[in-house]
Amino acid sequence: MHRFELVRATTVAEAVAELVREPNARIVAGGTNLVDLMKYHVMTPKRVIDITQLPLKTLHESVGGGISIGALVTNADVASSAIVQLKYPLLASAILAGASGQLRNAATTGGNLLQRTRCSYFYNTRTPCNKREPGTGCPAIEGPNRQHAILGTSEQCIATHPSDMCVALSALDAAVRVVGPHGERLIAIADFHRLPGASPERDTTLAHDEVVVAVELPPARDTMHSYLKIRDRLSFAFALVSVAAAIGVTDGFISSAAVAVGGVAHKPWRVTEAEALLIDRPPEAALFVECAKRILQGAVGRQYNAFKIELAERAIARALTQAVNGTPQSQSVKHVR
Amino acid sequence: MSANDLATNTAVIGQPENRVDGILKVTGAATYAAEYDVPDLLHGHMVCSAIARGRIVSIDDSQALALRGVVAVYTHNNKPRTTRLGIKHKDTAAPPGQPLRWLHDATIHHSEQPIALVVAETVEIAREAAALLRVEYEVQSHVTDFAVALPTAKVPASRRILTPQTPKPRGDAERAFNAAAFKVDATYHVGAEFHLPMELFATTVQWEGDGRITVFDKTQGSQNVQLYIRNVFAFSLRKIRVVNAYVGGAFGQGLRPQVSVFMAVLAAKALQRSVRVELSRAQMFHLGHRPETQQYVKLGANRAGQLQSMSHTAIGATSRYEEHQETVVQWSSRLYKCDNVTLAYELVRLDIETPTDMRAPGAATGSFAIESAMDELAHQVGIDPIALRLVNYTDRDEDANREFTSKALRACYTQAAARFGWSARNSQPGSTKVGRELVGVGMASAVWEARMAPAPTRARATMFANGLVEITSSTTDIGTGTYTILAQIAAETLNVPMSRVRVKLGDSGFPLAQVEGASWTAASTGSAVQRACEKLREKIAKSRGLLTKPLSAMGTVVPSFLESRRSVGYTHAAVFAEVRVDEQLGVIRVTRVVTGVAAGRILNPKTAGSQIKGGIVMGIGQALHEHSVMDHRFGRVMNANLADYHIPCNADIQDIDVIFVDERDEKVSPIGAKGVGEIGSIGVAAAIANAVFNATGKRVRQLPITLDLLL
Repeated sequence: MHRFELVRATTVAEAVAELVREPNARIVAGGTNLVDLMKYHVMTPKRVIDITQLPLKTLHESVGGGISIGALVTNADVASSAIVQLKYPLLASAILAGASGQLRNAATTGGNLLQRTRCSYFYNTRTPCNKREPGTGCPAIEGPNRQHAILGTSEQCIATHPSDMCVALSALDAAVRVVGPHGERLIAIADFHRLPGASPERDTTLAHDEVVVAVELPPARDTMHSYLKIRDRLSFAFALVSVAAAIGVTDGFISSAAVAVGGVAHKPWRVTEAEALLIDRPPEAALFVECAKRILQGAVGRQYNAFKIELAERAIARALTQAVNGTPQSQSVKHVR
Repeated sequence: MSANDLATNTAVIGQPENRVDGILKVTGAATYAAEYDVPDLLHGHMVCSAIARGRIVSIDDSQALALRGVVAVYTHNNKPRTTRLGIKHKDTAAPPGQPLRWLHDATIHHSEQPIALVVAETVEIAREAAALLRVEYEVQSHVTDFAVALPTAKVPASRRILTPQTPKPRGDAERAFNAAAFKVDATYHVGAEFHLPMELFATTVQWEGDGRITVFDKTQGSQNVQLYIRNVFAFSLRKIRVVNAYVGGAFGQGLRPQVSVFMAVLAAKALQRSVRVELSRAQMFHLGHRPETQQYVKLGANRAGQLQSMSHTAIGATSRYEEHQETVVQWSSRLYKCDNVTLAYELVRLDIETPTDMRAPGAATGSFAIESAMDELAHQVGIDPIALRLVNYTDRDEDANREFTSKALRACYTQAAARFGWSARNSQPGSTKVGRELVGVGMASAVWEARMAPAPTRARATMFANGLVEITSSTTDIGTGTYTILAQIAAETLNVPMSRVRVKLGDSGFPLAQVEGASWTAASTGSAVQRACEKLREKIAKSRGLLTKPLSAMGTVVPSFLESRRSVGYTHAAVFAEVRVDEQLGVIRVTRVVTGVAAGRILNPKTAGSQIKGGIVMGIGQALHEHSVMDHRFGRVMNANLADYHIPCNADIQDIDVIFVDERDEKVSPIGAKGVGEIGSIGVAAAIANAVFNATGKRVRQLPITLDLLL
């Protein structure tokens, strides 16, 4: 690892001020991703700002009836929170589908939002990567790209966002509260992560001098849910495809639907037109397939990831089925219901 | 009192004793190579090649050397002197060819080849400085793509020691195949796999100041490393002490002296200081691997399923500088009777590092092909896969034309099948469903060489006046339970409680032992300990029980040449697997594995059972998860970390049931044991592939079997 300065911020304003002072500064909380990236020389911040002392460790009900999750609440604490389990079981399930117990104990909500792609070219400083070194190229497009994106890619990058938590946050219409030098703003989760386009080095719309302070969830809807994650081993692996499904059924007809897909794009993938197909129709397998096909419209498969299109279609249909049957996917029992 | 009177059968051997080193390990008291606390220790960190083939044009180490705390940077430009003779770099486990001489010259033979060592006061400084080295290369074109190189396959130019020659054809396999009623003609592919023991390779060299060095090393053979250091660095043998008391897994990667030894001794000798070199996890992916192998199998059978023709060709990958060879194609002739057999083994040379034996080398690869093909044949003939194997059962090694020292494989089939519930099998593929999962079962036979180390193995037994017994041998316990079984053998032979026995292993100064490997340690060192204890028992008897000073005896065993002319020893197993495959999503779960193992005398069913279970877990990894993913444009492994290179996790492993069938074998080794290190891994991948076929009707002839292949 390279040498760096470590500063400890005691207030959010101090953390922001440190970011303003040093363009090559990075915030560290759980460190489960940044420290790895520093060990591999993928990220070499001059200054590392430890924010673990900031008062962002509470998860509480918010005024509007939703919840607010402090940026430093660990993934394990979110997943085991009684209110999350009761009102947002989809979020708890998605978090438990990710990483391992040890990592979830260390990783924070803000860090999970900001975790970087697991593309092996991004991690390997011996190879080109537009995300790591803009302008060097994207070898994944013609290389082993089993883990890579099939939707929303660009000529510059086909990386995926690796988070499970964010897929659930997307389906739950979360918003990210951030603080910068000019005050606070709320970014809808759909606008928080970016598609790679011509600047794949930017994962999110967060400005360099902004700090994530909380994730806000709107009031919970009366929905059934499932988080289904398909991967190359049964635990501790990033998703090939994951699906967060939240669906409301009233009098035998679908009244609300949110379907977010992970492992397929540079951000959790949602298609509102596809969700609209479900509304006011009875929940049926054929309808779910129709919805899935619409979500995957425009998907481009490459040499090693073309199977993801079919897999994602089937996984979406299955997750919707699990949700409406009231049998959400268990994250500890590994057979797919 | 005669020696025989002492030998009341206390029956310690064969008991499921706990590991004598278990508490040391779980409390952290067992010391591993990188953990020895050595004063004034320097730390070395390796820098490795960014390209797969070419030459180093220049290395600029000025920034690295400018860093406070950096002591030295060694490259090919300033490498301290080592032997000029290339041959002297060969160790006792080396294949034919010229071993890579690290820092020898500017030539790059493979991606991530070590090209420099940075030595510093702390490991953090060494790593920081390593990243500051500026290396310029002249890139030359490389070939790392096995498929591209396949047409260049050739028979190895020279044969590897201990790897048997590919047998000459028997009968006329081609004619018999053409005339056969049922035919299987299939190609199987196994990707390269990495060993990835938990413990990183590391060497701590303690500079003793009087010309002696103590080398704490992760290796499967302390004396092999001792010889290597003598040969390469011109130390006299008696000045080198190599200690490997505890090894955190090796699986074959520690058979040959690894680069950490070379680098640490190089720096220690040059600086006359103690030096430690510990590799990073990423560097662990470039120390040798199970080679990528393509196999072509043709089986012909008559209407009763009797084999009329067997052809098996394997093409394995090796480096350009050494011819790594494995026994891939011979196994079928040890399992099945057939008069027309053609076997072939070839190599393709790639710009990669030399592969290294990995648990059940050759057999884990070969059994996947031959046991998948047997399943395909059973399906064609329309008979039960076990019945097909029994129809073709052989009581002789068909190639060696010798009888077996013992072969209780029939009992393995019967007992494991009964425990598994094989009789309830639905032979119609794709027709058993539970919920949304297709259920399938499959089985495979397994065979591995049971032999003693091919050179003398010694052990010393000492009884002290206070009644404590000490056993010493330079053999290695790589985590298998060797300490425990040797304590059991000593306790029983000397008729003392196990608590009075201390076993000391892993020190080149202890009595001679060959490199730990090939499943021969229990048979060889176990027999040597038994012999030493028998001799000691006689001495004790002569002393009439009055022990005023320690009494000691050396036991030596060598394989019986006469017996080896008459018979040949193998370990056998029959492994059964149940898989459940999600019908739509292809998600595969291995829900049950039952194996019946015939391995002669089982010295400790608990440690032996753990060996088999570990082997099965590795087999599941081979079947479903593990393979090197390369980008051939860069000649580089792209999944060289434990996030991307998947090994099974707990969720992937469910019920594993191990049965040891009775097998008395007085010929295979004096102690009657055959060894269980490899047999557990063999046949598992085939049993799972066969179960996947039974579940889904899809025959997957490549490993790993990933879910996309079943969509």
